[in-house]
Amino acid sequence: MNAKTLPLYATLVIFVVAFALCAFQYPSMLSTRVIGNLLTDNAFLGIAAVGMTFVILSGGIDLSIGSVIAFTGVFLAVVLERTSIHPLFAFVLALAIATAFGAVMGAIIHFLEMPPFIVTLAGMFLARGMAFVLSIDSIPIRHPFYATLKSLYWVMPGGGRLTLIGGAMLVVFALGILIAQRTRFGTNVYALGGGAHTAALMGVPVGRTTIGIYALSGFVAGLSGIAYSLYTSAGYSLATVGVELDAIAAVVIGGTLLTGGAGFVGGTLIGVLIQGLIQTYITFDGTLSSWWTKILIGGLLFAFILLQKGILSLSRGGRALSVKGA
Amino acid sequence: MSGAKALGWRLLPQIVALVAILLLIWLSFPGFFTVEMQNGRLYGSLIDVMNRGAPVALLAVGMTLVIATRGIDLSVGAVMAICGAVAASSSVRGDPLVVTLAMSLGIGLLCGLWNGVLVAFLNIQPIVATLVLMVAGRGIAQLITEGAILTFNDPGLIFIGSGSVFGLPMPVVLWLVFGIAVALIVRRTALGLMIEATGVNRRAAMLSGIQAPAFLMSAYMLSGLCAALAGLVVTADIRGADANNAGLWLELDAILAVVVGGNSLLGGRFSIIASLIGAMIIQSVNTGILLSGFPPEFNLIIKAAIIVLILLIQSPRMSHLAAFAKPAGPAAPAVGMQKDKTIERTAP
Repeated sequence: MNAKTLPLYATLVIFVVAFALCAFQYPSMLSTRVIGNLLTDNAFLGIAAVGMTFVILSGGIDLSIGSVIAFTGVFLAVVLERTSIHPLFAFVLALAIATAFGAVMGAIIHFLEMPPFIVTLAGMFLARGMAFVLSIDSIPIRHPFYATLKSLYWVMPGGGRLTLIGGAMLVVFALGILIAQRTRFGTNVYALGGGAHTAALMGVPVGRTTIGIYALSGFVAGLSGIAYSLYTSAGYSLATVGVELDAIAAVVIGGTLLTGGAGFVGGTLIGVLIQGLIQTYITFDGTLSSWWTKILIGGLLFAFILLQKGILSLSRGGRALSVKGA
Repeated sequence: MSGAKALGWRLLPQIVALVAILLLIWLSFPGFFTVEMQNGRLYGSLIDVMNRGAPVALLAVGMTLVIATRGIDLSVGAVMAICGAVAASSSVRGDPLVVTLAMSLGIGLLCGLWNGVLVAFLNIQPIVATLVLMVAGRGIAQLITEGAILTFNDPGLIFIGSGSVFGLPMPVVLWLVFGIAVALIVRRTALGLMIEATGVNRRAAMLSGIQAPAFLMSAYMLSGLCAALAGLVVTADIRGADANNAGLWLELDAILAVVVGGNSLLGGRFSIIASLIGAMIIQSVNTGILLSGFPPEFNLIIKAAIIVLILLIQSPRMSHLAAFAKPAGPAAPAVGMQKDKTIERTAP
């Protein structure tokens, strides 16, 4: 077990122990119905968190995803209400807009050499503003195709339903793991997170990779917006406020270093599931208020940041030792 | 007198922008500059801009110093909610006003202390360190108010939100006095210089004998205190503590005010007065959009446009271009400084 995988294992252990404790108190939590709901309810967060993982791995941050999700939802609702184009075509349009949006932010970050924090803050305002301009009301989506998509699910043994969006989240995570571990782009992202200057000296195309990362984050946020519109069957410009914070928390709890360069896409899935588990537990309990979710997530965030700090200083010591040994 | 002249040049772009925006609003709303005296207090749209901009202006004071140390404080909105909740619950319990204020401001300092310890002693990136309190803070505030909106009737506390001193609303007096006091303290002593040194290069500052951790701590604690004051103003204004909505997204407005004030997010030189003008620019835009009958939906888009514009102006690349366009001379040292910063940014 080395320093890079230790946070991942820690997350996994926390999730398993927490789930076991919950199941011990409420045995019905072990049913596949609860697991199916856990996946469905957190699908949009999970999908968006995949993009956030890439951004954070590269040493950046993307504050715009909550607004992009809301914009995509409103865009779909408005387009489906006012025109007669097929939802699938509307999906393609929405994804194209979201991807272009992310790419432009990446280009600004690279070419103007500005901190990602403030650039994506502008993106957050812009996307939310565009959603407001499209409509300030909550618009229902009544297209029959949506009903068809919602009726697609796989009944797991035990009666739990793996819905389309829950399955989509798992597929996006699988693809994200493949891209991060098995492609040149993924390697470039890790290199960029290790240090932009070093990466450039090693021959990593910094500009192309930066734009690619934020375009990917935008694309995935668009996908998350589609999942959210399927989940709620509506588009509302005030929806998903603060999802970027949940996504960042999921990424950190999932064991990715916030300074970039180390972490795993798979860990983020567990980070999302831990957040979902806290909410499920509060629902099961019935007496706890939902604000405990925020406090617990804040506490977990803090614990993992401390864990990473400890591991980082330990691994530095370890590296020095190994150099001496060689 | 050269100091005053330098300050004037430094503030020129912000003042020009503010005047331009105010004139634009005046064109579409002729009564904008009318200020009248009623019942011993000033009324008018201009006063309204200063009054409504008070929370962001207060936050901007602390945020300026935090950003000058190359940090950022994302938690101020949540700290506002916590301090407002503390003040309201203390007032409901029947504590005297002094105790209520002391508790609220003390909790604000404590929140700043927490952020400061994480940044200065545990060496956690400021964005991450303050994110913890940003996520957990609203939960803590709801814990204090027990999920309800706590309302109170203490006239002393309400005075902070809607009272008036010398004809000016109390929030305006608060941010003017507090902002100018802090600006004077850091500028009339070496404190400001040391904060700038910490922001430009923490290691170099340490090596030249500056207690960088102490300055980081005090910057975050001041930011917490500012958030507490802003929280008191907001809470007193609506006579109730709303844990969910008090100070929601105000951290972003405060950062924006600092950036509009021409302070670099990469730390170093700062001007509190410029940030205060920045806060007034943001509030004028908000008020202007409402007054001129534009749909408020455009508010966010205009804010985004302002950020992009400032990014373009502040960008190191643009100053390189400007250096090419201008003949060599006064612009050269500025470009040199920017270059140093880019190198520093990529170095670690």
